Amino acid sequence: MDTFRNLIIILMSSVLVNNYVLSRFLGICPFLGVSKKLDQATGMGVSVIFVMLVATAATWPIQHFVLDELGLGYMQTIVFILVIAALVQFIEIVLKKYIPSLHASLGVYLPLITTNCAVLGVTINNITDGYNFIESLVSSLGAGLGFLLAMVLFSGVRSRIENCDAPECFKGLPVTLIAASIVSLAFFGFAGVVDGLFA
Amino acid sequence: MITDILTAVAVVAAVGIICAVLLALASHFMSVKSDERVGSIRECLPGANCGACGYTGCDSYAKAIVEEGAKTNLCVPGATAVAEKVAAILGVEADAVESRTAFVHCNGHNGAAEEKAIYEGIKSCKSECLIYGGSKACIYACVGCGDCASVCPKNAICVEDGVARINKKLCIGCGLCVKTCPKGIISLIPTDAKAIVICSNKEKGAVVRKECTNGCIACKKCEKTCPSDAIHVENDLAVIDYGKCISCGKCAEVCPVGCILFPKEK
Repeated sequence: MDTFRNLIIILMSSVLVNNYVLSRFLGICPFLGVSKKLDQATGMGVSVIFVMLVATAATWPIQHFVLDELGLGYMQTIVFILVIAALVQFIEIVLKKYIPSLHASLGVYLPLITTNCAVLGVTINNITDGYNFIESLVSSLGAGLGFLLAMVLFSGVRSRIENCDAPECFKGLPVTLIAASIVSLAFFGFAGVVDGLFA
Repeated sequence: MITDILTAVAVVAAVGIICAVLLALASHFMSVKSDERVGSIRECLPGANCGACGYTGCDSYAKAIVEEGAKTNLCVPGATAVAEKVAAILGVEADAVESRTAFVHCNGHNGAAEEKAIYEGIKSCKSECLIYGGSKACIYACVGCGDCASVCPKNAICVEDGVARINKKLCIGCGLCVKTCPKGIISLIPTDAKAIVICSNKEKGAVVRKECTNGCIACKKCEKTCPSDAIHVENDLAVIDYGKCISCGKCAEVCPVGCILFPKEK
Protein backbone atom coordinates (compact mmCIF):
# COMPACT_ATOMS: atom_id res chain seq x y z
CA MET A 1 0.00 0.00 0.00
CA ASP A 2 2.82 2.31 0.92
CA THR A 3 4.57 1.73 -2.41
CA PHE A 4 1.35 2.44 -4.25
CA ARG A 5 0.86 5.67 -2.29
CA ASN A 6 4.46 6.58 -3.02
CA LEU A 7 3.92 6.03 -6.75
CA ILE A 8 0.79 8.21 -6.75
CA ILE A 9 2.72 10.98 -5.01
CA ILE A 10 5.52 10.73 -7.61
CA LEU A 11 2.97 10.84 -10.42
CA MET A 12 1.02 13.80 -9.08
CA SER A 13 4.10 15.79 -8.17
CA SER A 14 5.64 15.37 -11.62
CA VAL A 15 2.34 16.31 -13.31
CA LEU A 16 1.48 19.35 -11.21
CA VAL A 17 4.15 20.53 -8.79
CA ASN A 18 7.32 19.85 -10.77
CA ASN A 19 5.71 20.30 -14.16
CA TYR A 20 8.59 20.04 -16.59
CA VAL A 21 7.49 22.93 -18.77
CA LEU A 22 5.93 25.33 -16.34
CA SER A 23 8.02 24.81 -13.19
CA ARG A 24 11.34 23.45 -14.42
CA PHE A 25 11.32 25.30 -17.74
CA LEU A 26 12.49 22.34 -19.81
CA GLY A 27 11.13 21.64 -23.27
CA ILE A 28 10.19 25.27 -23.87
CA CYS A 29 10.80 25.19 -27.63
CA PRO A 30 8.08 22.66 -28.51
CA PHE A 31 5.92 24.33 -25.85
CA LEU A 32 6.10 27.62 -27.75
CA GLY A 33 6.49 26.12 -31.21
CA VAL A 34 3.70 23.57 -31.46
CA SER A 35 1.10 25.01 -29.08
CA LYS A 36 -0.68 27.11 -31.67
CA LYS A 37 -3.41 24.60 -32.36
CA LEU A 38 -5.07 22.15 -30.01
CA ASP A 39 -4.71 19.07 -32.24
CA GLN A 40 -1.00 19.69 -32.85
CA ALA A 41 -0.45 20.32 -29.15
CA THR A 42 -2.19 17.05 -28.27
CA GLY A 43 -0.19 15.12 -30.89
CA MET A 44 3.07 16.51 -29.57
CA GLY A 45 2.05 15.81 -25.97
CA VAL A 46 1.16 12.19 -26.67
CA SER A 47 4.41 11.67 -28.59
CA VAL A 48 6.39 13.12 -25.69
CA ILE A 49 4.69 10.78 -23.18
CA PHE A 50 5.59 7.84 -25.40
CA VAL A 51 9.20 8.86 -25.94
CA MET A 52 9.75 9.72 -22.27
CA LEU A 53 8.55 6.26 -21.20
CA VAL A 54 10.68 4.44 -23.76
CA ALA A 55 13.72 6.62 -23.05
CA THR A 56 13.46 5.98 -19.32
CA ALA A 57 13.06 2.26 -19.87
CA ALA A 58 16.27 2.31 -21.90
CA THR A 59 18.43 4.72 -19.90
CA TRP A 60 17.73 3.47 -16.37
CA PRO A 61 19.32 0.04 -17.00
CA ILE A 62 22.23 1.66 -18.83
CA GLN A 63 22.91 3.94 -15.89
CA HIS A 64 22.70 1.20 -13.27
CA PHE A 65 24.21 -1.76 -15.07
CA VAL A 66 26.79 -0.10 -17.30
CA LEU A 67 27.80 3.39 -16.17
CA ASP A 68 27.63 2.84 -12.39
CA GLU A 69 29.43 -0.50 -12.64
CA LEU A 70 32.32 1.09 -14.52
CA GLY A 71 32.32 4.27 -12.42
CA LEU A 72 31.42 6.40 -15.43
CA GLY A 73 28.48 8.29 -13.88
CA TYR A 74 29.88 11.56 -15.22
CA MET A 75 29.40 10.36 -18.82
CA GLN A 76 25.65 10.20 -18.16
CA THR A 77 24.61 13.20 -20.27
CA ILE A 78 26.55 12.23 -23.39
CA VAL A 79 25.55 8.57 -23.28
CA PHE A 80 21.90 9.46 -22.66
CA ILE A 81 21.78 11.89 -25.58
CA LEU A 82 23.30 9.23 -27.81
CA VAL A 83 20.91 6.53 -26.66
CA ILE A 84 17.77 8.68 -26.81
CA ALA A 85 18.56 9.99 -30.29
CA ALA A 86 19.22 6.49 -31.64
CA LEU A 87 16.14 5.16 -29.87
CA VAL A 88 13.79 7.77 -31.31
CA GLN A 89 15.22 7.13 -34.76
CA PHE A 90 14.72 3.40 -34.28
CA ILE A 91 11.13 3.87 -33.11
CA GLU A 92 10.44 6.00 -36.17
CA ILE A 93 11.72 3.29 -38.52
CA VAL A 94 9.67 0.63 -36.73
CA LEU A 95 6.51 2.74 -36.75
CA LYS A 96 6.93 3.57 -40.42
CA LYS A 97 7.12 -0.10 -41.25
CA TYR A 98 4.49 -1.65 -38.98
CA ILE A 99 2.05 1.09 -37.88
CA PRO A 100 1.97 3.63 -40.76
CA SER A 101 -1.15 5.35 -39.39
CA LEU A 102 0.56 6.07 -36.07
CA HIS A 103 3.68 7.14 -37.95
CA ALA A 104 1.62 9.58 -39.98
CA SER A 105 0.20 11.21 -36.87
CA LEU A 106 3.36 11.14 -34.72
CA GLY A 107 5.82 11.35 -37.61
CA VAL A 108 6.18 15.12 -37.64
CA TYR A 109 6.82 15.32 -33.92
CA LEU A 110 9.19 12.40 -33.37
CA PRO A 111 12.30 14.05 -34.92
CA LEU A 112 11.51 17.20 -32.93
CA ILE A 113 11.56 15.21 -29.71
CA THR A 114 14.96 13.62 -30.43
CA THR A 115 16.78 16.61 -29.03
CA ASN A 116 14.08 17.72 -26.60
CA CYS A 117 15.64 18.74 -23.29
CA ALA A 118 12.54 17.68 -21.34
CA VAL A 119 13.14 14.05 -22.33
CA LEU A 120 16.81 14.21 -21.35
CA GLY A 121 15.83 16.09 -18.17
CA VAL A 122 13.37 13.39 -17.12
CA THR A 123 15.85 10.57 -17.59
CA ILE A 124 18.59 12.36 -15.69
CA ASN A 125 16.28 13.53 -12.90
CA ASN A 126 15.06 9.96 -12.42
CA ILE A 127 18.64 8.94 -11.70
CA THR A 128 19.49 11.90 -9.44
CA ASP A 129 16.28 11.47 -7.46
CA GLY A 130 17.32 7.86 -6.80
CA TYR A 131 14.13 6.28 -8.14
CA ASN A 132 13.97 2.55 -8.79
CA PHE A 133 12.88 1.25 -12.20
CA ILE A 134 9.11 1.33 -11.56
CA GLU A 135 9.28 4.72 -9.86
CA SER A 136 11.27 6.06 -12.81
CA LEU A 137 8.63 4.90 -15.26
CA VAL A 138 5.84 6.46 -13.19
CA SER A 139 7.76 9.70 -12.88
CA SER A 140 8.28 9.77 -16.69
CA LEU A 141 4.60 9.09 -17.27
CA GLY A 142 3.80 11.99 -14.94
CA ALA A 143 6.28 14.26 -16.68
CA GLY A 144 4.74 13.38 -20.04
CA LEU A 145 1.20 13.93 -18.77
CA GLY A 146 2.31 17.25 -17.27
CA PHE A 147 3.78 18.24 -20.63
CA LEU A 148 0.53 17.30 -22.37
CA LEU A 149 -1.48 19.24 -19.79
CA ALA A 150 0.71 22.32 -20.21
CA MET A 151 0.52 22.10 -24.02
CA VAL A 152 -3.26 21.71 -24.07
CA LEU A 153 -3.86 24.49 -21.53
CA PHE A 154 -1.51 26.83 -23.31
CA SER A 155 -2.95 26.15 -26.76
CA GLY A 156 -6.27 27.38 -25.33
CA VAL A 157 -4.62 30.49 -23.91
CA ARG A 158 -2.90 31.11 -27.23
CA SER A 159 -6.05 30.89 -29.29
CA ARG A 160 -7.44 33.69 -27.10
CA ILE A 161 -4.26 35.74 -27.55
CA GLU A 162 -4.38 35.39 -31.34
CA ASN A 163 -7.70 37.24 -31.38
CA CYS A 164 -6.90 39.98 -28.90
CA ASP A 165 -5.70 43.39 -29.90
CA ALA A 166 -2.24 43.57 -28.35
CA PRO A 167 -0.06 46.65 -28.76
CA GLU A 168 2.05 46.45 -31.92
CA CYS A 169 5.35 45.97 -30.08
CA PHE A 170 3.91 43.05 -28.07
CA LYS A 171 2.40 41.17 -30.98
CA GLY A 172 3.61 37.63 -31.66
CA LEU A 173 6.24 36.12 -29.42
CA PRO A 174 6.43 38.79 -26.64
CA VAL A 175 2.78 38.51 -25.65
CA THR A 176 3.02 34.70 -25.91
CA LEU A 177 5.98 34.68 -23.53
CA ILE A 178 4.13 36.91 -21.07
CA ALA A 179 1.12 34.61 -21.21
CA ALA A 180 3.40 31.59 -20.68
CA SER A 181 4.90 33.22 -17.58
CA ILE A 182 1.43 33.90 -16.16
CA VAL A 183 0.36 30.28 -16.76
CA SER A 184 3.61 29.22 -15.10
CA LEU A 185 2.85 31.44 -12.08
CA ALA A 186 -0.56 29.80 -11.85
CA PHE A 187 1.14 26.41 -11.63
CA PHE A 188 3.18 27.54 -8.65
CA GLY A 189 -0.14 27.44 -6.81
CA PHE A 190 0.17 23.65 -6.84
CA ALA A 191 3.32 23.68 -4.69
CA GLY A 192 2.42 22.01 -1.41
CA VAL A 193 -0.84 20.59 -2.72
CA VAL A 194 0.52 17.09 -3.20
CA ASP A 195 1.96 16.79 0.33
CA GLY A 196 -1.39 17.93 1.67
CA LEU A 197 -3.33 15.41 -0.44
CA PHE A 198 -1.83 12.35 1.22
CA ALA A 199 -0.95 13.71 4.63
CA MET B 1 44.25 8.07 -15.16
CA ILE B 2 44.83 6.90 -18.71
CA THR B 3 42.74 3.78 -18.14
CA ASP B 4 39.85 5.96 -16.87
CA ILE B 5 39.88 7.99 -20.07
CA LEU B 6 40.20 4.87 -22.17
CA THR B 7 37.27 3.11 -20.47
CA ALA B 8 35.10 6.23 -20.94
CA VAL B 9 36.00 6.46 -24.61
CA ALA B 10 35.52 2.73 -25.07
CA VAL B 11 32.10 2.69 -23.40
CA VAL B 12 30.78 5.67 -25.34
CA ALA B 13 32.21 4.25 -28.57
CA ALA B 14 30.64 0.89 -27.80
CA VAL B 15 27.25 2.47 -27.13
CA GLY B 16 27.59 4.48 -30.33
CA ILE B 17 28.55 1.45 -32.38
CA ILE B 18 25.72 -0.65 -30.95
CA CYS B 19 23.22 2.12 -31.76
CA ALA B 20 24.68 2.56 -35.25
CA VAL B 21 24.54 -1.16 -36.04
CA LEU B 22 21.00 -1.38 -34.69
CA LEU B 23 19.87 1.56 -36.82
CA ALA B 24 21.65 0.30 -39.90
CA LEU B 25 20.04 -3.12 -39.53
CA ALA B 26 16.64 -1.55 -38.85
CA SER B 27 16.78 0.72 -41.84
CA HIS B 28 17.92 -2.20 -44.00
CA PHE B 29 15.31 -4.72 -42.93
CA MET B 30 12.43 -2.42 -42.22
CA SER B 31 12.81 0.15 -44.96
CA VAL B 32 9.65 1.27 -46.68
CA LYS B 33 9.89 1.93 -50.38
CA SER B 34 8.76 5.44 -51.11
CA ASP B 35 7.75 6.68 -54.51
CA GLU B 36 10.77 8.47 -55.95
CA ARG B 37 8.52 10.87 -57.82
CA VAL B 38 7.61 12.46 -54.48
CA GLY B 39 11.22 13.51 -53.99
CA SER B 40 11.68 14.88 -57.47
CA ILE B 41 8.41 16.81 -57.33
CA ARG B 42 9.40 18.20 -53.95
CA GLU B 43 12.60 19.53 -55.52
CA CYS B 44 10.59 21.41 -58.15
CA LEU B 45 8.41 23.14 -55.59
CA PRO B 46 9.65 26.48 -54.25
CA GLY B 47 9.93 25.22 -50.67
CA ALA B 48 8.27 28.30 -49.22
CA ASN B 49 5.79 26.11 -47.28
CA CYS B 50 3.26 28.91 -47.70
CA GLY B 51 0.20 26.64 -47.70
CA ALA B 52 -1.44 28.41 -50.64
CA CYS B 53 -2.01 24.99 -52.25
CA GLY B 54 -4.24 23.96 -49.37
CA TYR B 55 -1.76 21.43 -47.95
CA THR B 56 0.40 21.93 -44.88
CA GLY B 57 3.60 22.46 -46.83
CA CYS B 58 5.58 21.62 -49.94
CA ASP B 59 6.34 18.10 -48.62
CA SER B 60 2.73 17.18 -48.09
CA TYR B 61 1.68 18.78 -51.38
CA ALA B 62 4.29 16.72 -53.28
CA LYS B 63 2.99 13.62 -51.52
CA ALA B 64 -0.61 14.52 -52.31
CA ILE B 65 0.18 14.95 -56.01
CA VAL B 66 1.62 11.46 -56.29
CA GLU B 67 -0.55 9.53 -53.86
CA GLU B 68 -3.91 11.27 -53.94
CA GLY B 69 -3.75 12.64 -57.47
CA ALA B 70 -3.93 16.26 -56.37
CA LYS B 71 -3.94 18.86 -59.11
CA THR B 72 -0.55 19.96 -60.40
CA ASN B 73 -1.48 23.63 -60.67
CA LEU B 74 -2.11 24.51 -57.03
CA CYS B 75 1.26 26.11 -56.28
CA VAL B 76 0.66 29.86 -56.36
CA PRO B 77 4.23 31.17 -55.77
CA GLY B 78 5.67 28.73 -58.32
CA ALA B 79 3.02 29.63 -60.90
CA THR B 80 2.97 28.06 -64.32
CA ALA B 81 6.70 27.25 -64.42
CA VAL B 82 6.43 24.87 -61.46
CA ALA B 83 3.13 23.43 -62.68
CA GLU B 84 4.80 22.53 -65.99
CA LYS B 85 7.80 20.86 -64.31
CA VAL B 86 5.55 18.85 -62.00
CA ALA B 87 3.35 17.79 -64.89
CA ALA B 88 6.46 16.73 -66.84
CA ILE B 89 7.55 14.44 -63.99
CA LEU B 90 4.14 12.85 -63.82
CA GLY B 91 3.87 12.72 -67.60
CA VAL B 92 0.53 14.50 -67.71
CA GLU B 93 -0.67 17.64 -69.43
CA ALA B 94 0.08 20.82 -67.50
CA ASP B 95 -2.89 22.85 -66.30
CA ALA B 96 -2.52 26.59 -66.13
CA VAL B 97 -2.34 28.06 -62.64
CA GLU B 98 -5.67 29.61 -61.77
CA SER B 99 -5.09 33.33 -61.83
CA ARG B 100 -6.80 35.44 -59.26
CA THR B 101 -7.54 39.12 -58.92
CA ALA B 102 -8.44 41.21 -55.92
CA PHE B 103 -11.94 42.60 -55.51
CA VAL B 104 -13.40 45.16 -53.10
CA HIS B 105 -16.66 43.76 -51.80
CA CYS B 106 -18.43 47.05 -51.17
CA ASN B 107 -20.70 49.23 -53.23
CA GLY B 108 -21.44 51.81 -50.54
CA HIS B 109 -20.44 54.81 -52.62
CA ASN B 110 -21.32 58.32 -51.58
CA GLY B 111 -25.07 58.61 -51.89
CA ALA B 112 -25.79 54.93 -51.35
CA ALA B 113 -24.24 54.54 -47.92
CA GLU B 114 -25.56 56.57 -45.00
CA GLU B 115 -23.04 58.80 -43.27
CA LYS B 116 -22.99 58.76 -39.51
CA ALA B 117 -20.26 61.35 -39.04
CA ILE B 118 -17.82 63.48 -40.93
CA TYR B 119 -14.21 62.41 -40.64
CA GLU B 120 -11.56 65.07 -40.81
CA GLY B 121 -8.48 63.25 -39.50
CA ILE B 122 -5.44 61.77 -41.19
CA LYS B 123 -6.30 60.40 -44.61
CA SER B 124 -5.76 56.76 -43.80
CA CYS B 125 -8.27 53.92 -43.60
CA LYS B 126 -6.50 52.54 -40.55
CA SER B 127 -6.90 55.70 -38.50
CA GLU B 128 -10.43 56.41 -39.71
CA CYS B 129 -11.54 52.92 -38.75
CA LEU B 130 -10.29 53.48 -35.21
CA ILE B 131 -13.05 56.06 -34.66
CA TYR B 132 -16.36 54.19 -34.48
CA GLY B 133 -15.40 52.14 -37.54
CA GLY B 134 -15.28 55.04 -39.97
CA SER B 135 -17.64 57.75 -41.14
CA LYS B 136 -20.11 55.51 -42.92
CA ALA B 137 -23.01 54.01 -40.97
CA CYS B 138 -22.17 50.51 -42.20
CA ILE B 139 -19.15 49.21 -40.31
CA TYR B 140 -18.35 46.83 -43.19
CA ALA B 141 -18.16 49.68 -45.69
CA CYS B 142 -15.07 50.79 -47.55
CA VAL B 143 -14.02 54.06 -45.90
CA GLY B 144 -12.37 55.14 -49.13
CA CYS B 145 -9.11 56.58 -47.88
CA GLY B 146 -7.09 54.41 -50.22
CA ASP B 147 -4.70 52.48 -47.97
CA CYS B 148 -5.02 49.66 -50.49
CA ALA B 149 -4.21 52.01 -53.39
CA SER B 150 -0.99 53.11 -51.69
CA VAL B 151 0.32 49.55 -51.26
CA CYS B 152 -0.66 48.33 -54.73
CA PRO B 153 2.56 47.69 -56.68
CA LYS B 154 0.78 48.04 -60.02
CA ASN B 155 -1.29 51.16 -59.26
CA ALA B 156 -4.35 49.10 -60.06
CA ILE B 157 -6.52 50.61 -57.32
CA CYS B 158 -8.16 54.01 -57.26
CA VAL B 159 -10.88 55.45 -55.04
CA GLU B 160 -14.00 56.39 -56.95
CA ASP B 161 -16.88 58.12 -55.23
CA GLY B 162 -15.76 57.03 -51.78
CA VAL B 163 -15.13 53.37 -52.58
CA ALA B 164 -11.91 51.69 -53.69
CA ARG B 165 -12.10 50.04 -57.11
CA ILE B 166 -9.58 47.63 -58.58
CA ASN B 167 -8.65 47.58 -62.24
CA LYS B 168 -8.89 43.92 -63.15
CA LYS B 169 -6.54 44.26 -66.11
CA LEU B 170 -3.71 45.67 -64.00
CA CYS B 171 -4.19 43.47 -60.92
CA ILE B 172 -1.60 40.68 -60.56
CA GLY B 173 -3.28 38.98 -57.61
CA CYS B 174 -0.45 39.58 -55.13
CA GLY B 175 -2.89 40.05 -52.26
CA LEU B 176 -1.11 43.00 -50.60
CA CYS B 177 -4.33 45.03 -50.55
CA VAL B 178 -6.17 42.08 -48.99
CA LYS B 179 -3.76 42.17 -46.07
CA THR B 180 -3.79 45.96 -45.80
CA CYS B 181 -7.56 46.60 -45.77
CA PRO B 182 -8.50 47.24 -42.11
CA LYS B 183 -12.10 46.20 -42.83
CA GLY B 184 -11.06 42.94 -44.49
CA ILE B 185 -13.46 43.48 -47.39
CA ILE B 186 -10.98 42.82 -50.21
CA SER B 187 -10.57 39.22 -51.29
CA LEU B 188 -8.87 37.31 -54.10
CA ILE B 189 -11.36 35.79 -56.54
CA PRO B 190 -10.81 33.83 -59.75
CA THR B 191 -10.03 36.20 -62.63
CA ASP B 192 -12.71 34.60 -64.79
CA ALA B 193 -15.38 34.87 -62.06
CA LYS B 194 -18.51 36.46 -63.50
CA ALA B 195 -20.92 36.77 -60.58
CA ILE B 196 -19.49 38.72 -57.65
CA VAL B 197 -21.21 39.70 -54.40
CA ILE B 198 -20.41 43.37 -53.99
CA CYS B 199 -21.25 43.75 -50.30
CA SER B 200 -19.69 42.60 -47.04
CA ASN B 201 -22.41 43.53 -44.57
CA LYS B 202 -23.18 40.73 -42.14
CA GLU B 203 -26.11 42.49 -40.41
CA LYS B 204 -29.77 41.48 -40.67
CA GLY B 205 -31.73 42.88 -43.61
CA ALA B 206 -33.55 45.59 -41.63
CA VAL B 207 -30.30 47.00 -40.26
CA VAL B 208 -28.67 46.94 -43.69
CA ARG B 209 -31.60 48.86 -45.17
CA LYS B 210 -30.99 51.73 -42.76
CA GLU B 211 -27.26 51.82 -43.50
CA CYS B 212 -26.98 51.45 -47.26
CA THR B 213 -29.23 51.12 -50.28
CA ASN B 214 -26.83 48.74 -52.02
CA GLY B 215 -26.31 46.26 -49.18
CA CYS B 216 -27.09 42.55 -49.10
CA ILE B 217 -30.29 42.11 -47.10
CA ALA B 218 -29.95 38.32 -46.88
CA CYS B 219 -33.30 37.65 -48.60
CA LYS B 220 -31.91 34.35 -49.95
CA LYS B 221 -33.49 34.86 -53.38
CA CYS B 222 -30.13 34.14 -55.00
CA GLU B 223 -29.74 30.96 -52.96
CA LYS B 224 -33.14 29.70 -54.13
CA THR B 225 -32.53 30.67 -57.76
CA CYS B 226 -29.04 29.27 -58.18
CA PRO B 227 -29.20 26.13 -60.35
CA SER B 228 -25.81 24.83 -59.24
CA ASP B 229 -26.03 25.36 -55.44
CA ALA B 230 -23.09 27.76 -55.64
CA ILE B 231 -24.42 30.75 -53.71
CA HIS B 232 -25.37 30.63 -50.06
CA VAL B 233 -26.37 33.19 -47.46
CA GLU B 234 -23.96 32.76 -44.56
CA ASN B 235 -24.14 35.13 -41.58
CA ASP B 236 -26.71 37.22 -43.45
CA LEU B 237 -24.41 37.72 -46.41
CA ALA B 238 -24.47 35.99 -49.80
CA VAL B 239 -21.26 34.07 -50.53
CA ILE B 240 -20.39 32.46 -53.87
CA ASP B 241 -18.52 29.17 -54.11
CA TYR B 242 -16.54 29.60 -57.33
CA GLY B 243 -15.88 25.87 -57.50
CA LYS B 244 -19.58 25.40 -58.27
CA CYS B 245 -20.54 28.68 -59.99
CA ILE B 246 -21.45 28.17 -63.65
CA SER B 247 -21.65 31.91 -64.42
CA CYS B 248 -25.30 31.81 -65.47
CA GLY B 249 -26.06 35.20 -63.94
CA LYS B 250 -29.46 34.25 -62.54
CA CYS B 251 -28.56 35.36 -59.03
CA ALA B 252 -27.73 38.84 -60.30
CA GLU B 253 -31.11 39.05 -62.06
CA VAL B 254 -33.18 38.23 -58.97
CA CYS B 255 -31.19 40.27 -56.45
CA PRO B 256 -33.60 43.03 -55.31
CA VAL B 257 -30.81 45.38 -54.17
CA GLY B 258 -28.43 44.71 -57.02
CA CYS B 259 -25.56 43.65 -54.80
CA ILE B 260 -24.52 40.83 -57.12
CA LEU B 261 -22.39 42.04 -59.97
CA PHE B 262 -22.70 40.28 -63.31
CA PRO B 263 -21.15 42.06 -66.27
CA LYS B 264 -23.20 41.54 -69.44
CA GLU B 265 -21.43 40.18 -72.52
CA LYS B 266 -20.20 42.93 -74.73
